[in-house]
Amino acid sequence: MLIRAKINGEWRTAEVWPGASLLFMLREHLALAGAKNACEQGECGSCSVWLDGELVCACLVLAAQAQDREVRTVEALGDSSGLHPVQEAFVEAGAVQCGFCTPGLIVAVADLLGRVPSPDESTVREALSGNLCRCTGYAKILDAVRIASARLRAGAP
Amino acid sequence: MKADHPDAVPIAGGTDLMVELNFDRRRPARLLDVSRLSALRNWRREDGTVFLGAGVPYSAIVRDLGAFTPLVQASRTVGSPQIRNRGTVGGNLGTGSPAGDALPVLAAYDAEVVLGKAGAIRTVPWRQFLVGPKKTAIAPDELILGARWRITRGPGSFSKVGPRNAMVIAIASVCLVLDEERREIRVALGSVGPTVLRASEAETHAAGALVNAGAWDDPQTPLPPEALEEFARGVAAAARPIDDVRGTSAYRRHVCGILARRALTWALQDRRSGPGRDHPGPPRQDRAC
Repeated sequence: MLIRAKINGEWRTAEVWPGASLLFMLREHLALAGAKNACEQGECGSCSVWLDGELVCACLVLAAQAQDREVRTVEALGDSSGLHPVQEAFVEAGAVQCGFCTPGLIVAVADLLGRVPSPDESTVREALSGNLCRCTGYAKILDAVRIASARLRAGAP
Repeated sequence: MKADHPDAVPIAGGTDLMVELNFDRRRPARLLDVSRLSALRNWRREDGTVFLGAGVPYSAIVRDLGAFTPLVQASRTVGSPQIRNRGTVGGNLGTGSPAGDALPVLAAYDAEVVLGKAGAIRTVPWRQFLVGPKKTAIAPDELILGARWRITRGPGSFSKVGPRNAMVIAIASVCLVLDEERREIRVALGSVGPTVLRASEAETHAAGALVNAGAWDDPQTPLPPEALEEFARGVAAAARPIDDVRGTSAYRRHVCGILARRALTWALQDRRSGPGRDHPGPPRQDRAC
């Protein structure tokens, strides 16, 4: 079936199998490989994207449910010429090891800081509870959130 | 549309169904996206009851239904932020797993399930709707519209045991609602039987113990400790748990007693201290249940 959705500000279409997930459409049809395919059951958060502004696991959204809706992926946040403050903070804090969970965490952190500019630690832990990282032990990810929060509040780009 | 295509499987948040599709466990001939039906995404108070649309996501319940403390507490324990933005009470009902976090709350509220089909609506008490593990009384041509329950005055709580604070399928859960008007204590158990269960005998004994102590009329009157212990034993005895990967039957029964004792203790403390006072129980927004 033909699905049309606004992806990162641009209307895109894809011809997908009716049972396909939004994640499959993004990665395999639209070549947006930022959202990662890992658990396929909403456990790991590696495929976190925004659907109409809400943080969701793309693997649990039917592609057809994104019809006429707005999807934002990690690709919308920054690129090699200019990183998003959350991405910069991850680099600075060393919050990346294998990197597989990173796009999902970047999206989840950007979502959190968009709603709560100065979250306390328990709020951060709660907000990131749906994103699994098997390398870092999370300490540096929490450091990155603090750096990003301070920088965003200071109005840095 | 559902009546025309009874084989169509409704999908809302997809947090259960998409897993089955992704893992090739299920290949429905048709999917019916109900996530855009605005009637299912609303909740409203009507005539001393509240109707909660099947499509209200858990994050919206946490944000908007603060007066319903046990429901909010249960909703906060569902999955993760991503899951709560999508998952719905309608999904808990439709899947019918005894581990669905909202189900013990609906059982303790004595809720009814509202079902619709072309031109007709019927309501079914939760007990008749949840008939077995992942089995419900829904007909193929029906959709779950929501749940409705009587708004009661009095404290209540939901608590759940699992290996971490997020993304947990309950090993056991307990919802307790103390109904000041009917002078009832209602306790429902999740994940410890083929469906959600009520601990009816323990409920009756506990309500009777409050009568004997004169505590219904005077919230300051304490309940004798042995009545609290009897309640905990009674609730544990009402569980019908099995051994599985998440926990043993014996552990689940043990947990039910502990959670029940805590829940009744919190409820009685709530009555004693009145709204807005500190107490060691779980966070709560309002006294209404």
